[in-house]
Amino acid sequence: MKSFAHKLRTITGVQYAALLEYRAEMVLWVAGTVLPFILMGVWMTASAKADLVLQPVEMARYFFATFVVRNMTLVWVVWEFEQQVVKGTLSHWLLQPMDPVWRHFAEHLAERFVRLPILVVIGVVFFAVYPDALWTPGLWDIPIALAAIVLTFIMRFSVQYTFAMLSFWTERAHAIEQLWALPYLFLSGMVAPLALYPQAVQQVLVYTPFPYLIWYPAQKVLGLPTAAGSVEVTLGMAVGVMAFWTLVFILANRLLWRIGIRRYSAMGA
Amino acid sequence: MNRYFKTMRLFWTTSLAAEMEYRTNFLISSFTSLGNLAGSIFLIHLIFQRVPEIEGWSFDQSLLVMGFFTMLGGVANTVLRVNLSRIVQHVREGTMDFILLKPIDSQFHLSVRRFISWGIPDIAYGILIVLYAGMRLGLGPLEYAAALLPLAAGLVTLYSLWFMLGATSIWFVKVHNVTYVLSNLLAAGRFPIALYPVAMRLFFTFIVPVAFLTTVPAQAMLGRADWLWLIGAAVFAAVAFLASRMFWHFALRHYTSASS
Repeated sequence: MKSFAHKLRTITGVQYAALLEYRAEMVLWVAGTVLPFILMGVWMTASAKADLVLQPVEMARYFFATFVVRNMTLVWVVWEFEQQVVKGTLSHWLLQPMDPVWRHFAEHLAERFVRLPILVVIGVVFFAVYPDALWTPGLWDIPIALAAIVLTFIMRFSVQYTFAMLSFWTERAHAIEQLWALPYLFLSGMVAPLALYPQAVQQVLVYTPFPYLIWYPAQKVLGLPTAAGSVEVTLGMAVGVMAFWTLVFILANRLLWRIGIRRYSAMGA
Repeated sequence: MNRYFKTMRLFWTTSLAAEMEYRTNFLISSFTSLGNLAGSIFLIHLIFQRVPEIEGWSFDQSLLVMGFFTMLGGVANTVLRVNLSRIVQHVREGTMDFILLKPIDSQFHLSVRRFISWGIPDIAYGILIVLYAGMRLGLGPLEYAAALLPLAAGLVTLYSLWFMLGATSIWFVKVHNVTYVLSNLLAAGRFPIALYPVAMRLFFTFIVPVAFLTTVPAQAMLGRADWLWLIGAAVFAAVAFLASRMFWHFALRHYTSASS
């Protein structure tokens, strides 16, 4: 077990060094995730005109939090895995005495550390431009927020890596990820805080993985329990629902991996 | 001129024929577009759930803007994105030489060589939304006609911006990162420009001209567009198009082919 942790740390370090080469591009990749700021603008105007549960300044905070969560939980493993299967480069990784998943996982993990400094700079600029949005987190808020982000990332990674397994059967496994991206966009709280959704919709959504991909970790980043008007989600329930979906996808993933790898015949083999 | 139309038709029919191999892609993308559309309408509904209008825009009027946005997004997916990402590839692999040698304008060839059917559902849905919103707002044929000029201007502006960005690949090979940022900024065109705070409004009018792409056509349809705005949109488009041509010729002087 100790040697595994050591290996994981080593490959993460290697990936970090490799990704650091792309730091200039990383700035652009972060700049590409401006959607929360666009929505922030619209929702601030709308909440200034009508009573929308949240005040304009709370809207600003919420969408800033979604920006942080989205950047810290970004996953692209399906595109990479698909390429590996299509081009046959997966074979190299299969020869190594380590499941390929850990290399992908390490790459994603390392990427967070390259991305983080850019997020900090954007945060400083944002609060300099809009100081009213600044808030002081409580003592326990920071570890809880971090834990929520880590759980969200693990769930999102498990889901997408499961879709990636379909590469053994189709050349366009990422199409299923693009379908998944629809509820991820509209039902996760990315485009509007959950409190603004109709009650009945909220009641159903809290049992699906979607609100835990953006809304829930964002609320934790803000140190809020659950916003007024939105459905009550206790810590236990959040952990339970997230653990449930993560396990379901991990099980499906291992099953598909076992069947798929037998079907896999590298290019030219 | 006739030669260009003929060539374009050939380009597009061969592209389509090649794509027929992947019919499921088209099915999947039309399904995705439909989901995206439902989500977008739902979002506008959420914004207007407790107020009839914001900054002079009602739900139906905002729907009009969303319709134009969907339409332009479709056009971008059908012809802009595919062709302009190929410029980068041509520069990197040195195949640009073959295009420059062809007895046809190189900017024309690079801009229309490929045609992808995935954007077509978006164009169709966009038109349907504009028609639906127009019906609810009780607009007549004259009002629809009024949107044509600014819409055309918006298309030309969008194309020119995109082409100029693509042309910078002569110097920087990795421009797709920049186009990625641009296409995400253009997402602001989903909503009427008046719905943004002042600083963002200025940014999306003068720096990234999103306002001209979707809000101005909608305003023209609603009979609210100043002549100044309409002339502004047309002049902006003309200048942007000329700039794209001049920029391309300038860029070509710096093209040194691969491996040389």
